[in-house]
Amino acid sequence: MRRQLPILIVFVSGIFMIIQYFIPHESFEFIYEYAMDWIIIIGIFAMLLGLWSLTRASVSKVQTKAPGWGYSVMTLAGLVAMIFLGVYKGNQSIAEGTSFMDIFWNIYTPIQATMFALLAFYIASAAYRAFRARTVMSTILLVTALVIMLRLIPLGPLSGINQTLASWILTVPNMAAKRAIWIGIGLGATATCLKIIFGIERAYMGKD
Amino acid sequence: MRKKNLKIFLILTFFCFLILPLSQILAQVDTLPPATPTEVRAGDTPNDNGHSITVTWKLSADDGAGRKDVVAYEILRSESPAGEFVVRGMVPAGNNTYQDRGAKEKEDKNYFPPHHDFYYKVRAKTLKSYSESEVAGPATAYGQWFHIGKLPVFVGTLAFTIMVLTFIGLARKGKELYVRPLAGIDAVDDAIGRATEMGRPILYILGLGTAADIATIASLTILNRIAKKTAEHKTKIIVPCMDPIVMSVAQETVKAGYLDAGRPDMYQEENIFYITSMQFAYVAAVNGIMLREKTATNFYLGKFYAESLILAETGSVAGSIQISGTDEIAQIPFFVAATDFTLIGEELYAASAYLGREPLLLGALKAQDLAKAIVMISLALGAFAASFHLDFFLRLFSVQM
Repeated sequence: MRRQLPILIVFVSGIFMIIQYFIPHESFEFIYEYAMDWIIIIGIFAMLLGLWSLTRASVSKVQTKAPGWGYSVMTLAGLVAMIFLGVYKGNQSIAEGTSFMDIFWNIYTPIQATMFALLAFYIASAAYRAFRARTVMSTILLVTALVIMLRLIPLGPLSGINQTLASWILTVPNMAAKRAIWIGIGLGATATCLKIIFGIERAYMGKD
Repeated sequence: MRKKNLKIFLILTFFCFLILPLSQILAQVDTLPPATPTEVRAGDTPNDNGHSITVTWKLSADDGAGRKDVVAYEILRSESPAGEFVVRGMVPAGNNTYQDRGAKEKEDKNYFPPHHDFYYKVRAKTLKSYSESEVAGPATAYGQWFHIGKLPVFVGTLAFTIMVLTFIGLARKGKELYVRPLAGIDAVDDAIGRATEMGRPILYILGLGTAADIATIASLTILNRIAKKTAEHKTKIIVPCMDPIVMSVAQETVKAGYLDAGRPDMYQEENIFYITSMQFAYVAAVNGIMLREKTATNFYLGKFYAESLILAETGSVAGSIQISGTDEIAQIPFFVAATDFTLIGEELYAASAYLGREPLLLGALKAQDLAKAIVMISLALGAFAASFHLDFFLRLFSVQM
């Protein structure tokens, strides 16, 4: 029964979600929104699990002096400080000028932006590897990439031809490939859903 | 000089007499009401939840023609034909349809009650005047039990479900099903073997998706198979998560993999842990794990966004073998460029069946292949129909949302 009950819940919920897509009536809308609310509620409770997991992993690293345990100390310090600053002033803590928001804007946001900015350098190194013209296919890729990149740069009399070519590449072969992938994704996602709904795929459920 | 002044006076007087009535006539024309909108119809909006009525009308004769002075139409509603009409909305000139939509919550100010009679009028407006149509109605809003516009999707879903169940039935009867090999899947065993030989852990990233994303669920099913293999090889697997629900499911999934391998004692829950729900903070933590733990193999399977390349490039710098897969089209080129093997789109969904080699799961793959063949034939027929204006064929696939 401990195995059948989750499968039954998945089956009923899955079939309902498929059916509700085709039924605009408000009674189905109500049940759908009710289910969505439950997802949010479960998510909030699951956050406590997440916090417990993070704390346990970090404390364990500090206790065993695992490599990089200093980062875990920083993690725990940040976690405790932000919880304290957030709870201490209640709803007021998210008002501008509070310590909570100052830390968010002046420490967290610049660090996040720095991480994002690294992407530019990684794109350059990945592009170098991808565009090395060692085979016919990679040479075609290199030439295509050049045409696409140069479409935004004035090239005198060549601009018009280059833009026409770039536009054709983007709207015909590129779009055809993207649509083919989309169709495959759609069928794959539907097949996965059906396998889960009918209890054929149960790997995600765990075992006792 | 006097004569000249008299002449000017007479000319001015003449123009005053001429201009004054002309301006009066023009002012009257300006305030004249426009021709009324006709053939006003009000009826339930199709394929909705029952809180909307659609009003249509024939444009005023002065809208785009005649005096061309209609600037907008106001739509008025009342609960009785002789009752007080209130303005419900306005559309610019040239439009002849309005959807009177309201809220479904009774406590909302704009609540639109279903199963209730309403009457409508349409007011054609100029800058200074207006005219009103006859009263139309009663019209009643009610919710539909089937969205006719989604019929092609319904038929497609039903047909695909039948195909999946048929092939699964064939597989259940023991029919041998061939599936083409995938390089990314074939590399999984080698990648795990490499980690075992090097004595280093395997890193498995489920992406940024939630447990409600199909890509994440597909990734969790792959994780189960990989966890089983790592348990057989006695190799450590690390699964840092970005969503606490995904973490809980991942813990159960890995545990099940270790149980399948007959090594439940080797399962360590602390290796499947939550980091943060913030995108780049998560990336920073995972990059740190890669560089500190010197992971031999990295799996990136699930939903990925801008962090895909940062993760994959860091893994490349760390010298790990990397296998990736996502259904986010924009990230696929980054993975192709930076990782050793990439599962493109649907291959991510197929990977679990490939790794498990269970006939029932392979049955669904065959159904996908057949569906793709049908889609390809339909596309070819669609191109032919569009070229020769065979609209009936195109309408078969037309979907209204």
